[in-house]
Amino acid sequence: MKKFWAATVDAFSTFLKVPGTVTRKGAHVRDAIDLKRIMIIAVISVVPAAIFGMWNVGYQHSLAIGDGRLQILANFWYGFLKVLPLYVVSYGVGLFIEFFSAGIRNEEVNEGYLMSGMLIPLIVPVTIPLWMLAIAVAFSVIFVKECFGGTGMNIWNPALVTRAVLFFSYPSAMSGSQCWISLKAGENVVDGFTGATPLALEGATAQYGTGVWDYIIGTVPGSVGETSVIAILLGAFILLWTGVASWRIMLSSVLGAIFVGSIANIFGVGIPFWQHLIVGGFAFGTVFMATDPVTSAQTERGKVIYGVLVGAICVVVRLFNPGYAEGMMLAILLGNTFAPLIDHYVVNGTMKRRTKAAMKTA
Amino acid sequence: MSKNIVLKKGLDIPVNGAAEPRLSKTVSPDIIAVEPTVFKGFTPRLLVKEGDRVLAGSPVMSDKKNASILLASPVSGTVKEIVRGEKRKLLAVTVQADDVQQYLKSEPKCNDAAEVKESLLNSGLWPFIIQRPYGIVADPAVTPGAIFVSAFSSAPLAADSEFTLASRIADIQTAVNALAKIAKVYVGIKDADSVFGKIENAEVNIFSGKHPAGNVGVQIAAVKPILKGDVVWTVSLAGLAAIGKYLSKGVYDVRRKVAVVGPAAIETAYVETLPGTPMKTLAGFYGGIADGVRIVSGDILSGRTVGAEGYLGFFDETVTILREGTDPELLGWAKPVRWSQFSTDHSYFSWLTPWRKYDMDTNLHGGPRAFVMNDSYYGKVLPMGIFPLYLIKACLAGDIDKMEALGIYQVLPEDLALCEYIDPSKNYIQDIIAQGIDLMLKEMA
Repeated sequence: MKKFWAATVDAFSTFLKVPGTVTRKGAHVRDAIDLKRIMIIAVISVVPAAIFGMWNVGYQHSLAIGDGRLQILANFWYGFLKVLPLYVVSYGVGLFIEFFSAGIRNEEVNEGYLMSGMLIPLIVPVTIPLWMLAIAVAFSVIFVKECFGGTGMNIWNPALVTRAVLFFSYPSAMSGSQCWISLKAGENVVDGFTGATPLALEGATAQYGTGVWDYIIGTVPGSVGETSVIAILLGAFILLWTGVASWRIMLSSVLGAIFVGSIANIFGVGIPFWQHLIVGGFAFGTVFMATDPVTSAQTERGKVIYGVLVGAICVVVRLFNPGYAEGMMLAILLGNTFAPLIDHYVVNGTMKRRTKAAMKTA
Repeated sequence: MSKNIVLKKGLDIPVNGAAEPRLSKTVSPDIIAVEPTVFKGFTPRLLVKEGDRVLAGSPVMSDKKNASILLASPVSGTVKEIVRGEKRKLLAVTVQADDVQQYLKSEPKCNDAAEVKESLLNSGLWPFIIQRPYGIVADPAVTPGAIFVSAFSSAPLAADSEFTLASRIADIQTAVNALAKIAKVYVGIKDADSVFGKIENAEVNIFSGKHPAGNVGVQIAAVKPILKGDVVWTVSLAGLAAIGKYLSKGVYDVRRKVAVVGPAAIETAYVETLPGTPMKTLAGFYGGIADGVRIVSGDILSGRTVGAEGYLGFFDETVTILREGTDPELLGWAKPVRWSQFSTDHSYFSWLTPWRKYDMDTNLHGGPRAFVMNDSYYGKVLPMGIFPLYLIKACLAGDIDKMEALGIYQVLPEDLALCEYIDPSKNYIQDIIAQGIDLMLKEMA
């Protein structure tokens, strides 16, 4: 029992201070970097999207009840109170399972869930019932992460699997035009307002002048954190400056989406190809989810193939699947599934080619 | 036809405590240890007992598998103690040195490959020759595809061969001439101005780049990667100097200049001494009290912790003195700027001040985790044509076929030392590779 609690005690004490553990063998000195630092950088990079998302929850609520004023603080506070419970559930359930399984395995608690827990509330509709979120988080963390051996061993991104579980188990809470807007009890939507996301509306500027700038700024309905391209780009800047996320994956995902989107445009299908980059979850997924170092491709070349696959599949699902308006979640999960295979061929191919070249010179 | 090979990947760790290029003193120890444990693949059989007289160059141990491979005493004197560990494992033979040294005299011949091998085996200097793959003591029965020598060490704070061995260039040339009868010799030098660029009878290549450009394994991979079935030998420059002296003068003299370095060293300079010298003779460099201090025989990345009671390793030309980092650091990772710590990762800002050097200690700066960052994170410090994380994972899994396909023949643990240094998951990567190599040795034997 004492051993079981050791992981929890250790997790809290090492959170406050770097322990006086010394190297036992091998390299006698070590770089100051550790996973705590990498994870906190990743978490910080999501903060702009989270803050904007909270404000937007309030703003969409105001719009829905016919109050179109920006009201920065009031709207933020409204959204904050709506999103905070999602965070409490996401971190509460997820970290409890993390600590518990670290205790069982007698390992130190891995910091990986700090990032997953930060992302999960941002990729769900704000109205999601908390019990649903709790079930989805528990399922994802237990079966997608801990069963594989914890952070670093998982095949799929746990945050995305949480969303997938919700999406397929409780579709009515995850799609349509009501779920994206939070309303207080007794409030009614004003005439002419629709809470449908721009993707579901085929990108049409159908309502209240929703246009390209609204997508870029993010004042449209959608999952909590996914709407603002500007906030996401701020996060992308932090991730790329620190090198925590791969620019190859981000760039190739964008190129993949542009590629499929523009082919579709040639045949007169779908919204203009560049709009795919700014609507829905594409930007959020490309920057924060596809670049997960554990579940993305590992090799330089593999990352490019993986990124193109993610971007292309996303747009393919958007265009040719009448059931789902959004394709990013499925595209990244598919990319995760194929990442080991991509790497397998990149590594084997490269090693075989190098061996051949070496045999020639010998 | 020297090639200029530029290695772009790598890292020079900015640590304080490099040795000033001056000879502080000559250490002639009373007691010297011959340690068989530093030779991989060498199973010792004792040839002496306590109280025996030995000369400098007298054999004290031979290899059980190949009795012609000998380890010699570097001093003349009396065998003082046979030191054994658990299960009576032979750890060392200590010799009480005479005041006046007497050398075992011989007249080595080196007209052809067989004579060179025989001379080196008789001399006790044979174990200087390392065989790759696996980094074992060379097997005299094989003919290697090539012999590689790195004429510099790029490891942090390592001894500067231009200072320690430039005066031994004639001995080195003698050794190269002899070894060239066995196989083609390749010498890797740091820049075109190097003294060792003048070595003849060998292919001299220039390797420019950060550490590990000076690792012989990296140089081999750049010139002629080791494939399945290949065997190559490597010899250190200090080894060549000793071999050359033996071939020309007929005496076993492994005296060398050793750099005493490290952020915790009181004085950083060179001393002239012998392998097997007790660390106590260097007490002045770490202040006499070894509490809270780590004394390493070898460089800061791959050396062995020997402590004040230990001895200088046979191959080592550097003694590194470090402070044990046992103090917890409050809010370490959470501080936006961690001024006193170096990180190559851009999550910190120390990469913006490349001129700064740091008083590093042995703190791990984190706790052990599964690998989270991906292969290319580690690949940026490994200028070899392999995928480090895949090889590491193959070693962890004990998958021989994968290890083979991913390049286990090309590496020794030291080549992946920088991957271990930068690892945010704080794994003991060199140990993982060493265990992989042990598995290969066991399975392929």
